[in-house]
Amino acid sequence: MREGEPLIEWDWIVRNGDLIIGRLVQHIGLTLIAVGVGLAISFALALLVYRRRSLYPPLTGIAATLYTIPSIALFAVLTPITGFGSILTAEIALVGYTLLILLRNIVSGLDGVPADVREAASAMGYSRWQQLWRVELPIALPLIIAGVRVATVTTVGLVTVAAVIGQGGLGQLILSGLRSFFATPTYVGAFLSLALAFAFDFALIKLQRLLTPWAAGRLRNS
Amino acid sequence: MTAVELEFRHVSRRYGELVAVDDLSLTVPAGKICVLVGPSGCGKTTSLKMVNRLIEPTSGRILVGGRDVMAQDPIALRRGIGYVIQQVGLLPHLTVGENVAVVPRLLGWERPRIAARVDELLALTGLSPHTYHERYPAQLSGGERQRVGVARALAADPPLMLMDEPFGAVDPIVRERLQNELLRLQEQLAKTILFVTHDIDEAIKMGDLVAVMQVGGVLAQFGPPADVLASPASDFVARFVGADRGLKRLSLTRVGDLELEPAAADYTPQPGQPTLEPRTTLKDALSMMLDSDVSAGVVVDRDGRIVGLVTYQRIAAALREGGKEAARA
Repeated sequence: MREGEPLIEWDWIVRNGDLIIGRLVQHIGLTLIAVGVGLAISFALALLVYRRRSLYPPLTGIAATLYTIPSIALFAVLTPITGFGSILTAEIALVGYTLLILLRNIVSGLDGVPADVREAASAMGYSRWQQLWRVELPIALPLIIAGVRVATVTTVGLVTVAAVIGQGGLGQLILSGLRSFFATPTYVGAFLSLALAFAFDFALIKLQRLLTPWAAGRLRNS
Repeated sequence: MTAVELEFRHVSRRYGELVAVDDLSLTVPAGKICVLVGPSGCGKTTSLKMVNRLIEPTSGRILVGGRDVMAQDPIALRRGIGYVIQQVGLLPHLTVGENVAVVPRLLGWERPRIAARVDELLALTGLSPHTYHERYPAQLSGGERQRVGVARALAADPPLMLMDEPFGAVDPIVRERLQNELLRLQEQLAKTILFVTHDIDEAIKMGDLVAVMQVGGVLAQFGPPADVLASPASDFVARFVGADRGLKRLSLTRVGDLELEPAAADYTPQPGQPTLEPRTTLKDALSMMLDSDVSAGVVVDRDGRIVGLVTYQRIAAALREGGKEAARA
């Protein structure tokens, strides 16, 4: 930081409003794609596990391994293959990080369906797929959404790291501030990224209440 | 839909070396309640679950309305058989109304018909539709849940109901009320019901027929509860029904079934003398007589006229008579 510079130069923010909004939109886009694709893949994997339980340990093993790779290292490894600055490079890494939590929560949610509910559902004549879609997945929904919340908040943070490969939305503001010893973009980027994480989390909590009113009833009663 | 006959023909279920149900043969006539009763591990629940193919028999045949269940599509079969379990198994994410509507919806009924049926069933099982329709299972008491479970099982008017310890998880007062309500419902509906319990008193109360099973899946005795109590077929059955089986039989007979001691035209009841109605059970009559100083109960009809007297001798004679009848049968 330069001598005598105020912590935040409001002028800069006003002058660069379009840039900031552009980065924010990009950040939101990268997050939504990562969580959306991650959810789709995890869901497909969870269905595989539902049919064939023995796949669960190897699949979580792979997802856990992905999860432990430092993000900067993963970006570096992917760049020669999928190109510097490509969305694909960023998203492969970001999606990879969502898989562990999402897969685990979907499978735990399905496992958490009480045995008596399963038995009654079978006995009433739900077919296997009807039972999965109309009984087990709805009952698993609170846990699935809990997983989506964690994955989303984590991804919002991780997107900033993708700035090192020329992606990264708000991360690019943070990085440019650090490179030019000019604090304002860094603060703006960090603040907006934090605010975005809170906003997503709040929206998902609202969504969960909307989709699972019965779970709220259960809490009130117990 | 009218009730159907249920028949087990030489049905066995084995798990490797273990025999859960051993050559079970019995027939439940249409419209009757048959109670499978016995200790844990006697195969009663396994037998029940073979009817709707939640478990499949190793050998033998089960016929519902004369049709072999193994020859039917299990999904369609199950939609046509009511099912009630101890833990109820209500779908927690659906309201009471939606839970009751499950089978009609699976069967593709039209909406107005489903809505009307749901309200009818909630009312029938003592749950005001206005109060309960929109509630979630988590907001209900144990007894209310079990009522919803019964309403749900009845929804598509199945000719056969399977009930696995349906009242096992509620307190004794609620249990008795639910038992009485089911018997009252059964008078109207006359379903064929296969009912599983480990409680011999419940079996005697609920069953038109009682099937006593013993460990190893063997049918020890099958018949009307009065016969099982009056002449147990084996030591096991005698022990299982209990040393008080004579007293238990008293609860099966009513004062009206008894040959009464005639009362003189000018008979005046003494103070404290028990007054009995024809529908009082002998068990209650005896209890009231033991409680009073007068050793005879006065039986009065609906209009308050004295129709006769109940004495200890008459009660004992009725039990002996019942025993002889059972032995002949």
